[in-house]
Amino acid sequence: MTMQYLLQLVISGLVIGSIYSAVALGFVIIYKATRVVNFAQGELLMVGAYVCYAFLVQMHVPFGIALLLTILFSMVLAMIIERLILRPMIGEPIISIIMVTIALSLVLRSAVSVVWGTDILVYEPKLFPQAMLMVLGVPVSLEFVWCFVLSVFLLAVFSVFFKYSKAGVAMRATAFNQQVAQSMGISVKYIFALSWIISAVVSGIGGVLIGNINGINNTLYHFGLKVFPATILGGLDSILGAALGGMIIGVLENLFDGVCSTYFDLAGVKEVAPYVILVVILMIKPYGLFGTKEIERV
Amino acid sequence: MQYCGDFRTTYEKDVKIFQTPFVKICMGFLGVALVALPFLVKGEYLWISMQIVIAVIGAVGLNILTGFTGQISLGQGAFLGVGAYTSAYITAKMGLPFWVGVPAAGVVTALAGMIFGIPSLRLKGLYLAIATLASQFILEWIFLRWEPVTGGSYGIVVPRPSIGGYVFDSDRSYYFIVLVIAAAMVLFATNLMRTRTGRAFMAVRDHYISAEIMGINLFKYRILSFAVSSFYAGVAGALYGHSLRYVSSEQFNIGVSIVYLAMIIIGGLGSILGSIYGAVFMILLPKLLTVVTTQLGTSFPGIAEVAIALEQGIFGAIIILFLIFEPDGLAHRWKMIKAYWKLYPFSY
Repeated sequence: MTMQYLLQLVISGLVIGSIYSAVALGFVIIYKATRVVNFAQGELLMVGAYVCYAFLVQMHVPFGIALLLTILFSMVLAMIIERLILRPMIGEPIISIIMVTIALSLVLRSAVSVVWGTDILVYEPKLFPQAMLMVLGVPVSLEFVWCFVLSVFLLAVFSVFFKYSKAGVAMRATAFNQQVAQSMGISVKYIFALSWIISAVVSGIGGVLIGNINGINNTLYHFGLKVFPATILGGLDSILGAALGGMIIGVLENLFDGVCSTYFDLAGVKEVAPYVILVVILMIKPYGLFGTKEIERV
Repeated sequence: MQYCGDFRTTYEKDVKIFQTPFVKICMGFLGVALVALPFLVKGEYLWISMQIVIAVIGAVGLNILTGFTGQISLGQGAFLGVGAYTSAYITAKMGLPFWVGVPAAGVVTALAGMIFGIPSLRLKGLYLAIATLASQFILEWIFLRWEPVTGGSYGIVVPRPSIGGYVFDSDRSYYFIVLVIAAAMVLFATNLMRTRTGRAFMAVRDHYISAEIMGINLFKYRILSFAVSSFYAGVAGALYGHSLRYVSSEQFNIGVSIVYLAMIIIGGLGSILGSIYGAVFMILLPKLLTVVTTQLGTSFPGIAEVAIALEQGIFGAIIILFLIFEPDGLAHRWKMIKAYWKLYPFSY
């Protein structure tokens, strides 16, 4: 195994990891504000990717406008989901909330398959130029670079949003203590809706990016399942943790896969490595790298 | 002196399984109906009945863990798989009889459950759910890759059980084996919940700190709950494998775990009866949806192509509606109906 190959693995891991980060960010935003564990995060990504495809390829809308429309669609969808499905579940035990988001994921998946079928679809006018760039002596496709840069930009924007904007501060306050937030004049309902909207938009953009690179099909929701290793590693309620966790998981799964298929002749390690990492983290450091240390030792 | 109504004046009366003679009679009828069923229906319907009875075992097992002990598990599907593969390996590859394979499947799965239950000592709620989700994916991967034992993507062909020279080859004869095992296991679970162990499970669920103060060893009972639950899953998985005569990894994916979780939530958490209702409901629902979509497919040809996806969607939608409008499950609704008729017409 050469240095070149290792670098290649790390870089492609970083690119996929940046998508994981975007989805994990969406997951953490919802979890932080509403304590809902969203098992349908990957489906939000998938819906975003397909809707953008519909505007871009099927209706021939220019990319900028298609992206805006996709964001708008994600917002409306998130509002509907929050109002109709999650709002009535407030106060229910955690297992019911897990189940309702799993059921939601089934519905979204089925809706996508019914409308767009199960074939692989490709974004027709490619957004990013098809060129190669040399990074540390390794050729990297330019669209990978763009994808990575955009994800990082997205993460930075939301970090700033949470730190400085009024709505961001209100969201953090709600996450910290709902009753106190309410008595300070923050509408908790509005915050819940807002967190769903932001989460859906971030995931939707992630979907558009991955659609540009790989094309889309109805197994795209698998990205949602990688959210758990990423967020557990980073800490369930940490934005920075989600960003870093996603990248680390992306790189690690690629490295494990590369090493195992070269040296041990084991294929398909990629699918399982994140979960092994997840179990290990849960055993030794369950609150993750940046999470609030709230787990009681029992 | 005879009071009007159902009064319980001793503990023995309060923990009786059959509270009134009427319940006993009803159960008798149910028993007769279950035994008579294979002579009344055949083919597809008999097959569905058998799958329901197998699912009841798995659902009762999951309810012991999740409903009674409060440990959320998203890995029931994989544990079914462990049972199915164990029994398949023992019967098909080692040549031992079914009667060794099924109990061994239970024991091996119980051991696996105990191993994957260890995180539950430090984690609860959401974290445990995610840990069991991870165990689901890890086990699924092992099923597919550990080729010498699991046959990889080819799977294993499994024989049906036999006694002496008689082979339980038909679905009808196999149904009786499944029924007897299921009845015994449901009865055992019901009784388990009336013992110290069962009460300890519930105490751990309701408040683990209080439970510990009252002298319940959390380590022991959490692991025990995982073991009992996985034993049930293992037996159910083994019976499922033998019913299909074929075991492969995609029969035990995350979807199965979701269906089992849905069974106990829709049926009623912490209720043996609820697990049975849930199992019946969740096995019948997809079959019913298939019938509906094929019916629709004949009148609207466009639907036939997307039927499978549509079924999934309706399935999810029904679960959502259930959780919103009937969060305590079918067992609770059944109780309400009974209470209504008990007090009729003076329900105040």
